[in-house]
Amino acid sequence: MTSIRVVLPVHLRNLARTGKEVTVTVPTSGADADADADGAGAGAGVTQRAVLDALELAYPVLRGTIRDRQTGKRRAFVRFYACEQDLSNEPPDAPLPAAVAAALAAGTEPFLVVGAMAGG
Amino acid sequence: MTTVRVLAGTRKGAFVLTSDEKREKWSVSGPHFGGWEIYHLKGSPADPDRIYASQNTGWFGQLIQRSDDGGLTWQPVGNDFTYAGGDPGTHLWYDGTAKPWEFKRVWHLEPSKTDPDTVYAGVEDAALFKTTDGGVTWTELTGLRTHPTGPSWQPGAGGLCPHTIILQEPRIYVAISAAGTLRSDDGGETWRVINRGLLSEGIPDPDAEAGHCVHHVEAHPAKPDTLFMQKHWDVMRSDDAGENWHEISGNLPSDFGFPIGVHPHEAQTLYVVPITSDSLHYPPDGALKVWRSRAGGNEWEPLTEGLPQRDCYVNVYRDAMSIDTLDEAGVYFGTTGGQVYVSPDSGDTWAPIVRDLPAVLSVEVQVLP
Repeated sequence: MTSIRVVLPVHLRNLARTGKEVTVTVPTSGADADADADGAGAGAGVTQRAVLDALELAYPVLRGTIRDRQTGKRRAFVRFYACEQDLSNEPPDAPLPAAVAAALAAGTEPFLVVGAMAGG
Repeated sequence: MTTVRVLAGTRKGAFVLTSDEKREKWSVSGPHFGGWEIYHLKGSPADPDRIYASQNTGWFGQLIQRSDDGGLTWQPVGNDFTYAGGDPGTHLWYDGTAKPWEFKRVWHLEPSKTDPDTVYAGVEDAALFKTTDGGVTWTELTGLRTHPTGPSWQPGAGGLCPHTIILQEPRIYVAISAAGTLRSDDGGETWRVINRGLLSEGIPDPDAEAGHCVHHVEAHPAKPDTLFMQKHWDVMRSDDAGENWHEISGNLPSDFGFPIGVHPHEAQTLYVVPITSDSLHYPPDGALKVWRSRAGGNEWEPLTEGLPQRDCYVNVYRDAMSIDTLDEAGVYFGTTGGQVYVSPDSGDTWAPIVRDLPAVLSVEVQVLP
């Protein structure tokens, strides 16, 4: 299990009745444990989907607000960032880049859920 | 002491406006859900402190909020509006191609008259959902979407939206832009189109079953088979539960508009807000006028006292008019300019309750003993 900090946009903070940042516990797979044993670093193998699943498990009210209820895909005007990298279009089941995963697992960087900038 | 509560949904949140039966001095609370579009909120007739709200943004999608204390506090309930039965099929897109049904938002919430936990939701793309557990779970009544004319339904400019739900259970009326009006006599299981008599520019077939851009429909509470409709163009009336419609636009300066209201105690008194045209969504000559008929249509009088009569270029949306049930009925409407107006004397005089809200999407009124 890996604890990961997640930063939410203001509307979702209000909805979840929480602060700007929450910490969620993301399960790691057996492969991750092997990776750790191989020295690949904490958090190796963590995926975008695992982070979002953990977030929605902790805050069920967020279901449907980040990923579409019907398709499971990222909503068009929501973006994901970490370590100054745009992860929005990365495959949700692909392991996060090693440096990103390590920083998230170490707690030195958060996973950012951002409402894309648009007028109105 | 009687309390009048007005529920206003706006582009940037919900507002609750309250007054006593004089309807002169108002208190305003809100915004609730600031920054979110509130297409509609409505209280349960069976428990007026139970209020449901449709909350949406393009960023974060659809939520349903429920209050059990008259709008003081809210809790999000279910937001899963998955079409039943797997592949939802297709409807007609603007370019004439077939487009798969896709959930976008909840336009209208209609609570049951008898059970506070039961609510019907009209969702875009056109479908009807129902909850019986206070909004926690929603189930589609598939008979509407799967009506044989469904594949020919085409969205209006606002989307393929079921904006009107009239409950006379087991009878239900639904109006969809731009499909038309449908009626179910079995609680929403099966539906039939009821558009005979509607004539729509752009539909060459005068007997076309579907494709009519109905903007709003109201039924008189004491005469349930009498329906009044504001169509894209034309104000219409039916006296046989929608089997046949005839035009009652009469002397209106324009018969384009969105809302239509029916007086709760006078079966022949109705209200519309004419808009210049389908391309000019503001009142003729920049003068905001509600038009009232006391003859069931055709003969209309302008109501102007207290309303801006110059330089006014707002619109009034389809769900943004409501009428209370006090002996001297109060009429309410909200504008895209953020004003909510009240007339405590059935339309004779008007005053703004608030002037500077975000654009108003819906107005509902409750009378609390």
